[in-house]
Amino acid sequence: MSNTRTITRTSTRTDSLDHRPSADPSSATVPSETSGRAPRAPRSLLVGVAAASLTLVLAGCASDDGAAASPPASTGSSSSAGSTESDGSAEADALTMTDPWVKAVDEGMTAAFGTLENSSDADLVVVSATTTAGSTAELHEMAEGDDGAMTMQEKEGGFVVPAGGEHVLEPGGDHVMVMGVTDPILAGDPIEVTLTLEDGSTLDVEAPARTYSGANESYDEHGDDGHDHS
Amino acid sequence: MTGRRGLDRRSFLQGGAAALGGAALALGGRELVEAAGGPVPGGGATAGGAPGAPTAPDDAVGRATEGFRGTRQAGVATPPQASAAFVALDLAGDVDRAALVRLMRIWTDDIERLTSGRAPLADTEAELAAVPARLTVTVGFGPAALAAAGVDEASVSWPAALPPFGIDRLEDRWSGGDLVLQVCADDPLTVAHAVRLLAKDARSFAEVRWVQRGFRRAVGTTPSGTTMRNLMGQVDGTANPHLDVDANLIWREDGSTSMVVRRIAMNLDTWDELDRDGREKAVGRRLDTGAPLTGGTEHDEVDLEAEDEHGLTVVAPFAHVRRARTDDRAQRFLRRGYNYDDAPSGGAVSDSGLVFVTFQADVEAQLVPVQRRLDELDLLNEWTTPVGSAVFWVPPGAGSGEILGQSVLGG
Ligand code: HEM
Ligand SMILES: [Cu+2]
Repeated sequence: MSNTRTITRTSTRTDSLDHRPSADPSSATVPSETSGRAPRAPRSLLVGVAAASLTLVLAGCASDDGAAASPPASTGSSSSAGSTESDGSAEADALTMTDPWVKAVDEGMTAAFGTLENSSDADLVVVSATTTAGSTAELHEMAEGDDGAMTMQEKEGGFVVPAGGEHVLEPGGDHVMVMGVTDPILAGDPIEVTLTLEDGSTLDVEAPARTYSGANESYDEHGDDGHDHS
Repeated sequence: MTGRRGLDRRSFLQGGAAALGGAALALGGRELVEAAGGPVPGGGATAGGAPGAPTAPDDAVGRATEGFRGTRQAGVATPPQASAAFVALDLAGDVDRAALVRLMRIWTDDIERLTSGRAPLADTEAELAAVPARLTVTVGFGPAALAAAGVDEASVSWPAALPPFGIDRLEDRWSGGDLVLQVCADDPLTVAHAVRLLAKDARSFAEVRWVQRGFRRAVGTTPSGTTMRNLMGQVDGTANPHLDVDANLIWREDGSTSMVVRRIAMNLDTWDELDRDGREKAVGRRLDTGAPLTGGTEHDEVDLEAEDEHGLTVVAPFAHVRRARTDDRAQRFLRRGYNYDDAPSGGAVSDSGLVFVTFQADVEAQLVPVQRRLDELDLLNEWTTPVGSAVFWVPPGAGSGEILGQSVLGG
């Protein structure tokens, strides 16, 4: 989703009667982005800024990101794919995930990706993950084995999202490993991933599924069966 | 002219002014695309850069964007971009309404991102998305897609296919399709990337049936608003309905329309045998200016009654422009075609023609009567042959929070 990330301002041509500018998320995202990059500020102030930023993110999502939103026929009203939602606790308030997505898979294992952003002045650490799409979720990284091959393994200490910075989850790098998938994750359907931070606060992420050929990372010592890992 | 490398300054200033403020701003290490409406090839608008206006960045063409969200899809009334690809897809047998919803969710998100110069989710060549170049993607539904959506064809009122015509030599490989993507941009690499990404994202739903690539002149090579030329050398696209005045010919009330794609091969080898006078008589317009043979300039009305000194009509009975119009002003449609020029086979010099594309509120009421007249008599038929044909329903545009096809899929 673009809601916190890229800002596009489109000016329609005068004779283009039928289109509105496609991307007014700018209005919502500029302050959000700015606050996300705000220099160090007193902690009390930051909480307010972060909360405001989150509101904007959600507003941007609801009004502009219908692309991925479920049509009325399907799931509940608040489930626009790609949105992020926190439970109001301190650490999670400062964390957002932009452009989350998951590789579509029939069963077994898959992985979720996206960009974690920290709008606070302290590092945030994602320590664990859960998902409704599989029996288990783990935080993984890629590491070079003794044979020089890249394999994935659990990331010690979790994902550190630096103060005012971001942490990218992408194929070939860190990712949220989803294991024990029994119901197919279909392209276009979102899955729910919940990230837990050090203080126990959580961030709910809806990651739409995409058909993807890559992200076939192999395990080091655990073999290919996700169930071994849980 | 201060334009560099011979680029027409006017074409930049046309829509480029807004792009001036769009010098790439880096915020948080990411580039912000702040793009303008862009230049207006074929748009009929006259150019006019204010004297002393600041110079547009030299990548203004690449930065320009067309809006995506709205009641009507882009790519119809949009001034035609220089490059196009038409991609028809066949749905997998198990695609039902729910699956179509998922596909439209994906495409809507992909298209919104691509048209604003942002990489879609899981884009393996994300850098290629950074040049929107007025990209538009127009999605159309064929009969099987409507059936999968559970839509009664009569309710959207369009034919699954055109009736057969005597001139047709249709080939399966250029005809039909359950879904279509019309992908247009002022840069061919932008088109290619969008096509691959959208087709890839549809892999679990549909497979590519045919692709037709087309082109017009590159931006900046002719003044803005210049009518395109086809590979027979003719000015092609002059007498089109007015986008505003005749909007009801192009659009239905709900913002939907229909799209006809006909691949028409040109026999340029036999066309070569015809002299200039014969070529002009075949159409009824001059080759140099596109003006009617009865005088005036390109956009002056053709006088179908005017006679020469022998008492014969100046515009011959068989002339294309006489045959392509009827007295019924409702029998008109928007032509928005592209040239194609593919690799020849079997020792031929070229394989050229027109990806003839029309948009109209009602195919049967507007286009079919005209195509029928041309089938009966049109000297151009001597050198042109329809080899492909497909008809699609073009759903309304996606409004805020909507997916493409929402009116039939959204429940
Ligand atoms: C390769 C095939 C074709 C070529 C080369 C061609 C070329 C032209 C040219 C040079 C003109 C005059 C300039 C203009 O107004 O655009 C024209 C006009 C027109 N053509 Fe075609 N055309 C082709 C096929 C068709 C087909 C298949 C149709 C309709 C089914 C069609 C419908 C029209 C109409 C409606 C006009 C405008 C007539 C008027 O009101 O003056 N053309 N075409
Ligand atoms: Cu993993």
